[in-house]
Amino acid sequence: MSLFYISPIYWMLVTALKSDHELSQFPPTLWSHDPVWSNFEQATKTFPFLTFLGNTILYAALVMAGSVLSNFVIAYGFSRIKWPGRDILFYPVVASIFIFIQFPVNPITMVPMFALFAKVGMVNSYLPLVVPTFFGNPFFVFLLRQFMLQIPADISEAARIDGANEFQIMFRIILPLARPALVVVALFAGVGAWNDFLGPLIYLHNDKLYTLSLGLTYFKTMHGIQFNLLMAASCLVVLPVVVVFLFFHRFFIEGVTLGGGK
Amino acid sequence: MTMKLRHHRGVAKDIRSLLLGLLFISPWIFGFFLFLAYPVFSNFHLGMTEYSGFGEPEWIGLKNYQELFHDSLFWTSLCNTFYYVILAVPLGVVVAIVLALAMNQRVREVSTYRALLYIPSIAPTFALSMMLIWILNPRYGLFNYILGFLHIPAINWLGDTRFSKLAIVLVAQFGAGQIALIFLAALRAIPPHLYDAASLDGAGAWRKFWYITLPLLTPTILYDIIIGVGLGLQVFVPAYIMTDGGPLNSTMFTALYIYKNAFEYGRVGFAAAVSGLLFLINATVAVITFWSSRYWVNYNLE
Repeated sequence: MSLFYISPIYWMLVTALKSDHELSQFPPTLWSHDPVWSNFEQATKTFPFLTFLGNTILYAALVMAGSVLSNFVIAYGFSRIKWPGRDILFYPVVASIFIFIQFPVNPITMVPMFALFAKVGMVNSYLPLVVPTFFGNPFFVFLLRQFMLQIPADISEAARIDGANEFQIMFRIILPLARPALVVVALFAGVGAWNDFLGPLIYLHNDKLYTLSLGLTYFKTMHGIQFNLLMAASCLVVLPVVVVFLFFHRFFIEGVTLGGGK
Repeated sequence: MTMKLRHHRGVAKDIRSLLLGLLFISPWIFGFFLFLAYPVFSNFHLGMTEYSGFGEPEWIGLKNYQELFHDSLFWTSLCNTFYYVILAVPLGVVVAIVLALAMNQRVREVSTYRALLYIPSIAPTFALSMMLIWILNPRYGLFNYILGFLHIPAINWLGDTRFSKLAIVLVAQFGAGQIALIFLAALRAIPPHLYDAASLDGAGAWRKFWYITLPLLTPTILYDIIIGVGLGLQVFVPAYIMTDGGPLNSTMFTALYIYKNAFEYGRVGFAAAVSGLLFLINATVAVITFWSSRYWVNYNLE
């Protein structure tokens, strides 16, 4: 079963290393007999790889910053302070997750949002993709709230008695304690931006601004697709995600469990 | 007198904590209204205009909805989307539970297996879709080659209307690793003494699964169904990349239809009308699923 699941990634790598000749053999060779490493070099020449890589890194970094900052503050308000109506106002957060798990760009809201961003002249920039992430994401709010509810209330209470104000408690006491959950949000947000296709497709019209996800469409030409080069480029796009996962796999796995636990 | 004073102090404190709470969640309030509530309502407003994306929207009342009603491609897209959801969501639940049971085995290499199952679910869908075009290639593809061993003749997966939707369903299954981990956590939370008691009563593995494991997984199944329906009704990327809606519109899903109308045909008002309907459908299905959960979800022993 594991073999089945990893097969597309394996096949991506094997195909990337095949020559045009080996590519058109049937039955397909299950590993490349004469690996053509230059496919990678040629793939990066088919589209402005470094520009797109830089754009994608910048996009992911901004989304990570916005997501960590905004969702931490919002989830703090939903978990560490007692106020009347708090738990009622949390219902719309949960309800939003179920329809808008793809956030902020999804097929239901994309048409009016595009019209709005077009009106204020923000189309063809990263603003429509990045700005919303600074205003909270229901799934991340849920995940962080779950985590911060587990931190004993006494810790905040003790600091309040010592005269600390809410912002001091948030940044000096809760922030360090919530760090594992914030790493999870940063990772999910970063990978989400890296993997985003629909957002860049709609909002980025100038090829200097393209992300790697749009870059892969360069391999689909009128003459068909050169699969070995496309797969070489795909490997380069997938590789960072796999590396990040291997480094932080504990956070990914705990994050998924935390986000799904109810 | 003192009672009254104390009461006043209590109210003042409540108001202060309310304002403080609202201050902290204010980015969400702003985000909720601007990025969710506004576009949802705007869909219905914009849906009553004719708008090409340039100039000003022109008010035409319910004309888009009338047109939509007689538009066979809209109905095709809706049928395709439901076909996809009805196939992909239950299959996704079964696959995720099977994966979770497999990951729950006590073998030494389990963390490696877990990683291998999980990685495709965080790999970008657009890259997996591109990969699947090649794996499903009718002449050179790996998939048909493997099916050849079972004496199944070559299938033109993405070029045959009978199989194209199945191919898109297949892509979604590679994302099952994520939800499988949630099922795994639910499996681990089941108290072992339940199984011990069942063993004493002479229950076999299948009866234990059916009467203990499955009922205790129902809250996770509910979560999976609701998320899966939301993602399924809005499926876009695999169809856009692998088939662009073809062949013969067999993978023209509603989300793709919205995209094409708004961004390729310049029918923004019409696309907004479709988006509004898609929202209503999604919300209705989610509410019905929740409502039905009281009859089949087991919240005891949480």
